[in-house]
Amino acid sequence: LTRCGSAYPLPRLDLTLTGAMYCLLKLAPLFLAVAVCNGWLFGDFVGKQKEQDEISLWPLPQKFQSSAVAFKLSPASFQIVHAKQSSAGPSCGLLENAFRRYELHSPLFTFEPIHRDKTQTFCSLCVDELSIDEPSAVLKAANVWGALRGLETFSQLVYEDYYGVNNINKTDISDFPRFAHRGILLDSSRHFLPLKVILANLEAMAMNKFNVFHWHIVDDQSFPYMSRTFPELSQKGAYHPFTHVYTPSDVKMVIEFARMRGIRVIPEFDTPGHTESWGNGQLDLLTPCYSGSSPSGTFGPVNPILNSSYDFMTQFFKEISTVFPDAYIHLGGDEVDFRCWESNPDIQKFMAQQGFGTDYSKLESFYIQRLLDIVAATKKGYMVWQEVFDNGVKLKDDTVVEVWMGNKMEEELQNVTRAGFTTILSAPWYLDYISYGQDWQHYYKVEPLSFPGTDAQKKLVIGGEACLWGEYVDATNLTPRLWPRASAVAERLWSDKSVTDVGNAYNRLVQHRCRMVKRGIPAEPLFVGHCRQEYKGL
Amino acid sequence: MSRSGSHSHRVRRWCLIAAVVAVWVQQVEGVWPLPQQLHQSADRDCLSPQRFSFTYGRDSAAQTGCSVLDAAFKRYFSIIFPDFTTLSENVLQYMWSEPQPFVVSVSVKTRGCDGYPDEDSDESYMLSVSEGQAVLRSVSVWGALRGLESLSQLVYQDDYGTYFINKTEIVDFPRFAFRGLLLDTSRHYLPLYAILKTLDAMAYSKLNVFHWHIVDDPSFPYQSRTFPDLSNKGAFHPFTHIYTQSDVIRVIEHARMRGIRVVPEFDSPGHTQSWGKGQPGLLTPCYKGSVPSGSFGPVDPTVDTTYKFMESLLKEVKFVFPDSYVHLGGDEVSFACWQSNPNVRKFMEKMGFGKDFTKLESFYMESIMNMTAALNKTSIVWQDVFDYHERIPQDTVLEIWKGAKYQTELSRMTQAGHRVLLSAPWYINHISYGQDWRNSYAVQPQNFSGTDEQKKLVIGGEVAMWGEYVDATNLSPRLWPRACAAAERLWSNEEKTLNADLAFPRLKEFRCELLRRGIQAEPLFVGHCRHEYDGLHMLLHAVKVSRTL
Repeated sequence: LTRCGSAYPLPRLDLTLTGAMYCLLKLAPLFLAVAVCNGWLFGDFVGKQKEQDEISLWPLPQKFQSSAVAFKLSPASFQIVHAKQSSAGPSCGLLENAFRRYELHSPLFTFEPIHRDKTQTFCSLCVDELSIDEPSAVLKAANVWGALRGLETFSQLVYEDYYGVNNINKTDISDFPRFAHRGILLDSSRHFLPLKVILANLEAMAMNKFNVFHWHIVDDQSFPYMSRTFPELSQKGAYHPFTHVYTPSDVKMVIEFARMRGIRVIPEFDTPGHTESWGNGQLDLLTPCYSGSSPSGTFGPVNPILNSSYDFMTQFFKEISTVFPDAYIHLGGDEVDFRCWESNPDIQKFMAQQGFGTDYSKLESFYIQRLLDIVAATKKGYMVWQEVFDNGVKLKDDTVVEVWMGNKMEEELQNVTRAGFTTILSAPWYLDYISYGQDWQHYYKVEPLSFPGTDAQKKLVIGGEACLWGEYVDATNLTPRLWPRASAVAERLWSDKSVTDVGNAYNRLVQHRCRMVKRGIPAEPLFVGHCRQEYKGL
Repeated sequence: MSRSGSHSHRVRRWCLIAAVVAVWVQQVEGVWPLPQQLHQSADRDCLSPQRFSFTYGRDSAAQTGCSVLDAAFKRYFSIIFPDFTTLSENVLQYMWSEPQPFVVSVSVKTRGCDGYPDEDSDESYMLSVSEGQAVLRSVSVWGALRGLESLSQLVYQDDYGTYFINKTEIVDFPRFAFRGLLLDTSRHYLPLYAILKTLDAMAYSKLNVFHWHIVDDPSFPYQSRTFPDLSNKGAFHPFTHIYTQSDVIRVIEHARMRGIRVVPEFDSPGHTQSWGKGQPGLLTPCYKGSVPSGSFGPVDPTVDTTYKFMESLLKEVKFVFPDSYVHLGGDEVSFACWQSNPNVRKFMEKMGFGKDFTKLESFYMESIMNMTAALNKTSIVWQDVFDYHERIPQDTVLEIWKGAKYQTELSRMTQAGHRVLLSAPWYINHISYGQDWRNSYAVQPQNFSGTDEQKKLVIGGEVAMWGEYVDATNLSPRLWPRACAAAERLWSNEEKTLNADLAFPRLKEFRCELLRRGIQAEPLFVGHCRHEYDGLHMLLHAVKVSRTL
């Protein structure tokens, strides 16, 4: 492993905060602040309690101990530094960038580091009093990704007292995620999402410790991904060839912006269904549908009987595997409509040849298996929607199956894990479905491992995803619709299984949503009330 | 409305080149809400921003110096030519031809430029667009504003940026005089900019009443000059979460400029928890057994001080809000607290109300309504007041909000001779998955059993956006374009607008137009707009950070 460098977050790397220490940060408020703090320490206890309520960590850390002893933070002397013994140093761009970001977020993070302090203490993440005249915090993590999570937690520990002064209480935290895969799916095909919106939501994801951006980048409606190999796909398949596309540099920016926040970007190129927009720029890729004995002029799923389809996929996924650094690609495979295949005489002939009878799921399997081989050759792992498993396609052992269908969800988890596949749960978290009231509570109450199965089976559930499909969502309403509803999913996937108190969650989430608003994310309200700093809009 | 699908345009010569390269360009789908009469031909004119002008007709009662229209000309110029300031002189269309002038001549019969729109304002207009000119005629400046809005929606751009307008004749007037939108600034505080933006979008949809549900149980953001403690103690925050007198003036003036009335609601006797903080003695102390429990109920209707207070407050309201209507609320009064209070029970006995607390509520409301009448204001009250007490002042306007059986309620109220507002089917704070605008659109406000006279008593309706789950972060996309459905129902001819499928493409286009004008209107379904919403505030920050990558 590199110390920091240009590595990308790996599928399971940020699980642990113990082990080899890569990064150690010091946060040192000044002597003066402590002097002010003395008066406060012996001051009104009731007031203190109230202020303590404002510490609202989200998602809740695994182990958290906080005392009433508070330190005042002075902007003039606050700094974040690399500890002397940290494997990372000032040359670690990722952390330097994070230091600057957390300066921006809070009034307390508003100046450049001045000097490097030598004081040191070791614990996972502790805000501790080292000496009366020099309070500091030490953050210890196995790698930079853990350090990013710790910085976020640290920023959430800081609260303003009634005089507007930043305080932080003596605190000990040791933390790690319950699930390794904590994702958000955004759909940039049904509506184009301007780059800004995607970046804003990556920012919000980091605030909620999400670590996977599942980019459902293309679908029936449009093909905004600008391919170097097949530029016509977006030229003819996007809503607009110039204004509604993601250029290679846009994609690069998303990936880098995500990397800086410890977020993986997993692109989804869903086939053989959901591909109408592909057909505009890639002739003969889709199956011509027939009306009686002549082509109807419409097209169905990818044509699985032509070698040209597989040649195309080979070249296309070769490009995708180099553009997206993550070890996984999502291959979709959901909702394949067989009617068009059924109507096409060439396909019928092929079915007979292969001995598939009239079972079109066999044809789908035939396609998917060849596709999996193509993608496997690019050395990528792959994820698929549950139908691929349900239809009995032969899958490689390391395939990740995503469970999305709401009915019989537990049964499906049981089946998928019994077959030994790793799985991701998104069925209970389709956030595009909206209703009146506090639906975040439903998302919060989901227990992903409640299905019957062995411990080994449960370990195969590596996480979940909150999905915001794009039928009714674009830049105008995406962010308030996603946040703080997705925050409920974030806590379910990060915090301990025992963290289930909805009332407690409500109180913290109200504060957390105000924190997001303060940081510029238009997260909608949970219920009646107010934030000290309301959303400022444009 | 007639619209030609043909692309064979008879165009003036100077327009020819641009027209030839742009023949496949779609025309505008139409105007939202749909005018009463609209005739368009395929003939069209190019518009050159440099040669485009608004002018007052020679026979117009209003001339330059008319505040409402001068400001409207300025506003609509930028709306019609949104990229004027960034447009370079040598854009395509001028390379082949000399730009021709286009003059919009506006004539109004009566001046009234400094007044306020009110219940009897005439909003009708006639618009005639022909070669090189448009003539807009109306009785009042408010009608001229509606006409300018329609005109702005007739202009469209081709892929090369050339502006066009087709030959058009419009005769238009609203079906209902009262077309309202309710915002709730108590359950969540709405910053001033959010209110002003909403007023902008209301004008685009020809909504003409801003029903300002300004205070309620959770907070009292209205800063009263007579009773400053109400907001000092009752607002979420006494300085950051209030509307000062100058804020209110700004809202009223912004609304006036757009022909929108501002009707404030001071809801009592229920929904007043926040009032109690700054006005001790106003609310009824609830009892537990024989001792006060420490909590409070509705306004105390048994003491004189209550009525003195309400009279002072209403006097101030009359002074601050120029509209002739004021909303007095009167909904959802819980009787439990009154029942628990021995003084209230004694009062009930004295008045001979028995155990019927609806009589007590009616007693209170009647006093308040009489007070309002004495101030020469028309009261609006929620339906509860009528349901309890059919004998209320005849000129009181009743507002229906309860979802079930609103048709029956319409019959009963109009039979009793009251004017009625309908908002029950338009509680659009209730959200659900999918295209729920279609439900709003399907409402037929006069489809109830009753005489023609009764139907005339339905003076309009209101879209309500209650604030339980809404603040500045999500207000705009929840309101727009969902509120547009009711806006069309209240303005347009019902016969011509019953089919939601036919309305869909027009609404879709209007939604894109709202985006273009900076209104954060959410999508109706899959698709795209040429100019997507791009205004996320936060990303000033994220983009700044990303530049440091």
